[in-house]
Amino acid sequence: MQPALSRRPRWMTELIAVWGYVQRNYYLTRRYWMWELVWLVYTLMNALAITFIGAGVETLEGGGGIDTARLMTFLLIGALIWSYLSMIFDVISETVSWERWEGTMEYTFMSPASRATHLLGMGVYAIVYGILRTAVVLGVAMLFFDLELSNANYLSALVVLAICSVSLVGFGIVAAVMPLLSPEKGQQVTYIISAILLLISGVYYDVSVLPGWMQWMAQFSPVTYALDGIRSALLDGAPLGSLRDAIWPLLLMGAVFVPLGLWVFHLGERYAKRTGKLKRSG
Amino acid sequence: MNALELRNVRKRFKKRRGVWVDALDDISLTIRRGEVVGILGPNGSGKSTLVRVISTLVIPDSGEVHVFGVDAVAHPKVVQRNMNRVSVEASFFKKLSALENLLYGAKLYGVTDREARERIREILEHIGFDYKRAQEPMEHLSRGMQQKVALARALLTSPMLMLLDEPTTGLDPRSKREVQAFIRRIRERHDASILLCTHDMREAEELCDRVGIMVDGRILALDEPRALKERYAADGRIPDLEEVFMAATGYSVEEAAAEEE
Repeated sequence: MQPALSRRPRWMTELIAVWGYVQRNYYLTRRYWMWELVWLVYTLMNALAITFIGAGVETLEGGGGIDTARLMTFLLIGALIWSYLSMIFDVISETVSWERWEGTMEYTFMSPASRATHLLGMGVYAIVYGILRTAVVLGVAMLFFDLELSNANYLSALVVLAICSVSLVGFGIVAAVMPLLSPEKGQQVTYIISAILLLISGVYYDVSVLPGWMQWMAQFSPVTYALDGIRSALLDGAPLGSLRDAIWPLLLMGAVFVPLGLWVFHLGERYAKRTGKLKRSG
Repeated sequence: MNALELRNVRKRFKKRRGVWVDALDDISLTIRRGEVVGILGPNGSGKSTLVRVISTLVIPDSGEVHVFGVDAVAHPKVVQRNMNRVSVEASFFKKLSALENLLYGAKLYGVTDREARERIREILEHIGFDYKRAQEPMEHLSRGMQQKVALARALLTSPMLMLLDEPTTGLDPRSKREVQAFIRRIRERHDASILLCTHDMREAEELCDRVGIMVDGRILALDEPRALKERYAADGRIPDLEEVFMAATGYSVEEAAAEEE
């Protein structure tokens, strides 16, 4: 067969396609800007409200001995990191549902761009967009609160966040297969996974306060290690070398979840193609 | 080498517990390079499943699908590069403009912004689409205009095989004529082979070199329009294609269009 398009190497056409997905999502964000604004305000209010809980503890009976500045910083870090990581998870896990809702599913899935490219494009956009949105929320929150960041090691925190982003992309890809397996109920399952991650990962409290079985589950969530590492870096100024206990599980999860996610997605896509579920309506 | 070759393709879908439907029942079909083959059939006859199987969106239960000699089931990515599809519903991001949708579609096939922009202007001008309106969201465009953009998107990637699944269904008469004229131009100017699924007998007769009649997942007849008419001639009278369709399927044209998928 003679290729109809110019003879570009495969890696180059895949790179062009990655940019295609990133650019498309940028266009969509621009068109749905009102909704984006709504979510930004919601995230901001949520982060502020949760951080005010820390301030409120001081007014409770027996709360006088609590370091409220540290507690507020602890809560704000949880709110910000959860907002960022859950957004990555949601964007990736909604990959199929979004295409189905727009009616573009069949067009996208019959294009020659590989599924890894598709999911990578979604992941890149989610990370860039998530960083920008989190930076805005952090900037506003710093105007409201006297945070305990005097010892913060920002480099360590950023490295942990970057590694965790990769793990979350892999985790999101595994979840993204759900709407392929069940067009009607698949997306709801991903929201449940997201809610479970919020509960078990120690977003607003230390994992040690959870019942034993939840602590056992928490060790499989990349968010647990990300929050541990980032809090140590920002609250205690932990250098990178001392964050091994947070970093190595994240590296391991990234190495497992990304290929596992792609493999599971491939199987899910084959199943959808065999059963006729790869269709625009769900 | 044939553009498309299907050999004994079968596909069944489970409708509900214990009930299976033969969407494709031992389909064999060949499209020669540069040929336009039309498939006529009522809704639910398997036309869309046929297009989905060729476009690698559905894996057949058995049989072979070859696009320019490449096994489409074993090597979907290879055949996808050389194929594009226009379906009855223009599948676009509704809030994005025609231009944004076209740029996105082009990139999935490895065409850069710069290359695509030049071609988009040229193609849209050819089909009588005001380029200024390419900046408008798709949801502001009429169905006819959306369908033209869908054809432009397919052409943008220089496909050697085009799959047109009822591209004029639901269009007003003027848009229908314009889209048909565009398909004719594609046929004349581009080295593309075309599979056209349609309800429209006149469209099939005017645009296609050969026409097949499909019912219940089977192709009952496939030949040049003239030969098909001669086959169903009775009492020395040559029927029109509509009468051929009714004789072959037992459906009237209206029934064919109204049958539920």
